[in-house]
Amino acid sequence: MNVPADLKYAQSHEWARLADDGLVTIGITDHAQEALGDIVFLELPEVGRKVKAGEECAVVESVKAASDIYAPIAGEVVAVNQAAVDAPESVNQDAYAAWLFKLKPDNAADLDGLLDAAAYAKVAAED
Amino acid sequence: MPKQTPLYATHVRLGGKMVDFAGWDMPLHYGSQVEEHHLVRRDAGMFDVSHMLAIDLEGTGAHDLLHKLIANNVDKLTVPGRALYSCMLNPQGGVIDDLIVYFFRPDFYRVVVNAGTADKDLAWIMQHAGSVAVKPRRDLAMIAVQGPNARARTWAALPGAEAASAELKPFHAAWLGDALIARTGYTGEDGFELMIPAGRAEATWNALLGAGVKPAGLGARDTLRLEAGMPLYGQDMDEQTSPLEAGLAWTVDLAAPRDFIGKSVLAGRRPGMQTLGLLLTNKGVLRAHQKVFTAQGEGEITSGTFSPSMSRSIALARLPAGCAVGDTVEVEIRDKRLKATVVKPPFVRNGKVLVHDN
Repeated sequence: MNVPADLKYAQSHEWARLADDGLVTIGITDHAQEALGDIVFLELPEVGRKVKAGEECAVVESVKAASDIYAPIAGEVVAVNQAAVDAPESVNQDAYAAWLFKLKPDNAADLDGLLDAAAYAKVAAED
Repeated sequence: MPKQTPLYATHVRLGGKMVDFAGWDMPLHYGSQVEEHHLVRRDAGMFDVSHMLAIDLEGTGAHDLLHKLIANNVDKLTVPGRALYSCMLNPQGGVIDDLIVYFFRPDFYRVVVNAGTADKDLAWIMQHAGSVAVKPRRDLAMIAVQGPNARARTWAALPGAEAASAELKPFHAAWLGDALIARTGYTGEDGFELMIPAGRAEATWNALLGAGVKPAGLGARDTLRLEAGMPLYGQDMDEQTSPLEAGLAWTVDLAAPRDFIGKSVLAGRRPGMQTLGLLLTNKGVLRAHQKVFTAQGEGEITSGTFSPSMSRSIALARLPAGCAVGDTVEVEIRDKRLKATVVKPPFVRNGKVLVHDN
């Protein structure tokens, strides 16, 4: 299972990466993309939307099913990945490169409340 | 504990993602459902369909039994090996199952039924069988080889297959020793369905692999059949659905004088609903049970998916009578209403897209 050590994770299978500019990039995990199968459609939040932690804010649809994506932490959506919208299969190809959206976090320390790689690997293994 | 087909170990060895389907541990895909779909449309793929059940009906009453049990008319079957698609109805005119019946002799037919309904089908058939011997053939494996190159690759893989099946027209079958080769399928492409003794399943599968036929899972099977406009039992119709509302009027023989179970109900009823196709105009994916809003009232999607061949979403939907091909309707997807065009299925056959927007 591919679970990069430098990312934080949500129980609901999103990953989060804090960059030097203070923004947090969000995507779905490799485990999630594999469970979904061929991804064919992404519905991403509007830029400028304020989301709470755990709020539904995107949908990833595979041939098989639609899956809600939750904001791992609270913040404001400042960017969405149009390239992934145009080529949804890129999420299957590399779930950690094909990010979905970026948040300006209300409080970057909220990331500490997320799972680390070892803890998420356990969650995914039991899924 | 889900049941396993004779090819279970083969699927696991090939990296199949195994899932429970109708009580059977079956491959959903072997990596990419979409790639497997394209392979069948463009070349040749094979599906393990051994979870389906072949039931042999033998005895002088076999013809009369099928006359009574199924809605299509077995009198259409005059040439040995000829196949017929039909529904088997309950007394209320609902669909117990859809099936294919193969004719060999007036005292020998084979019906192939769905996995999820096999037990109740068998019980229902036996209840009406009288002196006809009803033989479930769990000793057989079934492999569907489908795609424009399916026949040529099958002939390359299996000695004697070409001689036995080169002259077969669609919906006809021929024996190759104790195996049956049928030019049938559930994908909208040319190809064969092979029924072989379970002990030879793996060798046959491997021979087909060697001839360039790639394995395909139930995921691709579903997108292929939906593009081909073929209904799936339990999803597009069930015991509460009339075949006349499920887009299967063409399989119901109300004209001939013979009686069959469910006929009297269907003959006296004008269907209030009909099954047609939908093409989603915008991005998104249509799914079963989404509501459809038409000028004639509400309908519902029975099967929806993303069509790999068309790179957009398609569906089969139960719509009010009066709704017509070319109409624009709205589908409720999550909190939005998206526009869709009503079309006549099939969406895709033999590699070609057959429907279009307004």
